[in-house]
Amino acid sequence: MPTYTMRVFRGDPGGGEFKDYRVETGEGMVVLDVIHRIQATEAPDLACRWNCKAGKCGSCSAEINGKPRLMCMTRMNLFEEGETISVAPIRTFPLIRDLVTDVSYNYEKAKQVPPLRLKPPDPDGKYRMMQEDVDRAQEFHKCIECFLCQDVCHVIRDHEEHKPKFAGPRFFIKIAGLAMHPLDTVDRTKWVGTHAGVGLCNITKCCTEVCPEHIHITDNGIIPMKERMADNVDPVVWLLRKFRGAKGKQPA
Amino acid sequence: MATVQYETHEHDVIVIGAGGAGLRAAIEAAAQGVSVGLVCKSLLGKAHTVMAEGGIAAALGNVWPEDNWQVHFRDTMKGGRMVNNWRMAQLHAQEAPERVLELERWGALFDRTKDGLISQRDFGGHRYARLAHVGDRTGLEMIRTLQYHGIHQGIDVYMECKIERLTKDGDRVSGAFGYWRNSGEFVLFKAKAVVLATGGIGKAWKITSNSWEYTGDGQSLALWAGADLIDMEFVQFHPTHMVWPPSVAGLLVTEGVRGDGGTLKNKQGERFMFNHIPDLYKGETADNIEEAERWYTDKKNNRRTPDLLPRDIVARAIRAEVKAGRGSPHGGVFLDIASRRPADYIRKRLPSMYHQFKELADVDITKEPMEVGPAQHYVMGGVRVDADSTAATVPGLFAAGEAAGGMHGSNRLGGNSLSDLLVFGRRAGLHAALYAKNLGGRLNVDAGHVQAIARETLEPFNRTAGENPYAIQADLQDTMQNLVGIIRTEEELKEALKKIEALKARARKVGGGGGRTYNPGWHTALDLKSLLTVAECCAMAALERKESRGGHTREDHPYSDDTWGTVNVVLSQRDGVTSLRREPLPKMPDELKALLQERT
Repeated sequence: MPTYTMRVFRGDPGGGEFKDYRVETGEGMVVLDVIHRIQATEAPDLACRWNCKAGKCGSCSAEINGKPRLMCMTRMNLFEEGETISVAPIRTFPLIRDLVTDVSYNYEKAKQVPPLRLKPPDPDGKYRMMQEDVDRAQEFHKCIECFLCQDVCHVIRDHEEHKPKFAGPRFFIKIAGLAMHPLDTVDRTKWVGTHAGVGLCNITKCCTEVCPEHIHITDNGIIPMKERMADNVDPVVWLLRKFRGAKGKQPA
Repeated sequence: MATVQYETHEHDVIVIGAGGAGLRAAIEAAAQGVSVGLVCKSLLGKAHTVMAEGGIAAALGNVWPEDNWQVHFRDTMKGGRMVNNWRMAQLHAQEAPERVLELERWGALFDRTKDGLISQRDFGGHRYARLAHVGDRTGLEMIRTLQYHGIHQGIDVYMECKIERLTKDGDRVSGAFGYWRNSGEFVLFKAKAVVLATGGIGKAWKITSNSWEYTGDGQSLALWAGADLIDMEFVQFHPTHMVWPPSVAGLLVTEGVRGDGGTLKNKQGERFMFNHIPDLYKGETADNIEEAERWYTDKKNNRRTPDLLPRDIVARAIRAEVKAGRGSPHGGVFLDIASRRPADYIRKRLPSMYHQFKELADVDITKEPMEVGPAQHYVMGGVRVDADSTAATVPGLFAAGEAAGGMHGSNRLGGNSLSDLLVFGRRAGLHAALYAKNLGGRLNVDAGHVQAIARETLEPFNRTAGENPYAIQADLQDTMQNLVGIIRTEEELKEALKKIEALKARARKVGGGGGRTYNPGWHTALDLKSLLTVAECCAMAALERKESRGGHTREDHPYSDDTWGTVNVVLSQRDGVTSLRREPLPKMPDELKALLQERT
């Protein structure tokens, strides 16, 4: 069976370093399996978060060879035999220990999003929605809250000062999902600018690239939101319109 | 001895566990105007509910107007082989539709019928298409909806916090004591009422769909606090988990695959389920392929395909096929939807599965059959509760969801878990809040008891050369897998109990390296106590029940026995010693009995 060197970050806010572990892997293993093997054999206290090991809970986010990914969805056979693979905590959030970070920023932002307020049901007391209307919002409901988009978003990653006023891509699509809910009555357009800071996003699409659920965060979530709220105020939207025409919308 | 420091929070109601049941309980308790704390072992929104795929069973009647709570009740009792707590099954069937509609009002977007109502899909053991669903990620939709509704209800959420023991004031529960996983520091929650919503016990088995969290915490906390457990012998082995290729081995394949047209085949290509229809289900199950095929579109004039028999029956059938040498190359059977439904349909109905299998294994489920076999999935048994109030047998303690027993009898139908979480989660929150309001005054927590728990919790750090917690856990998983699996015998169960005893001795010497900050080795060491407790309960109850029924099959007692069909096996613990007794099932009223007599 192939053997790899896993270069895993070990440390806490006081400091740390990458430590090498030589691990023999079995067929079909993912990075999370290898981390578990290290825990069971060499380093019982190696800290990492995980739950489902099936790409559904979004707990095991890490930076693998520098790229934000879910450890449970990263197959070892992506790498060459004998290769050294680095596993580091997601950098944007404060370190707790080893691969575990303090992601409470996201839970604070979640609370700030104005919740859904449904219109009244049909006279028979039922709600009716057509599948094609539901589909649009369902794309955003796929989010597993792994926060990889938040991790990679440079507005949060590189600018601590933006954090109080910037919700980040995860919450832009949360808001987009609410806005596209066929029965919602709340207008969050202004709020998105004043409280979620969508204007700070300059559409580099880093978030979309790392989304393990392949949600079109930028094209289907952020850009329509910017178009709705900013009209000609946002220079990025202005530029986009210039290039794509006012009605230009990217296909899903 | 040095006094251990800890912080204290006080609430009227503490809910332990933040999956579907815990979140729903917390929301309901908050709606009653009491102060609520919600404690969860992981981050909010990561609980096991997130993995539920197929749907929520509720007789909404949107697809089949003939469906109603009476039929759902009948299906549930029949699926549980009549040892369910009838009142729980009744309340569940009656209230599930309203709980689903409530989720819709809170923002859940279910797949729709052509008329724009909530669509419903077929599942095993349900007479009509009954499962409200969102593709194959229903659990995610449910937990996210509850989570985002819940965070605006004034609930205090305590994440990544593990409860080690409940505290009591006299006979009453008075709080919960545990530690923060992030820091290893201790925390006491004083409360008048405690709701256990901690899920199952799957980590006691090697091959399981359950996550690391499923270590029998709630069942053990209840048992240690003097409450009864029931039905712990009934363990569900879900028939379809991937067995090949290795990168997806162990992943659950939703029953929705069969509900949406997939069939099981052996290596000869035979649809073998036709050879495994038990007498109990003969009246409502097609005995030939033609009728089974017609049933997908005409349910009135045809009987259901045997591919959708209840899970225990399908799991045993797969095991029998493999044992008879008719299995797939890697010890499972084939599940084929690829040759039976168009690729677009499969991708629409099973989007997460399609995505997951493609990414992890280059398997295209729209093109090739899957190789599947059974894995531990659910425990029907749990904390013994009053059906209406979910009160455990200790005052102030409530339980809901997988942590509670009785609702599903000896075998749970697919889809009845998510509805169970909502129906009894709400009831638990409601009754815990009412109990707390009526109680008035304040309860005491014995500081000496708290100090003793804290010292015990720190013990692994005093044994740096102690046993490896992961090795003990792995040995327990091997024991349960080999000796307390789908098919059981007296000899093997006795052997299992001996091994568990030896593992308990090893667990008392478990060590731990590192410090208290987010230390999974230490956490695993601490979880061994509850895991060994529930494993022992399961093996003891399985040894006691000398018959086969639902999720409990005894090779040495292969038939169901009417006498056993009238009793629960009840477990309790005094002074650290677990004992068991048989108690008669609650008596079902005649009008409900009449519902069970009806033809299919």
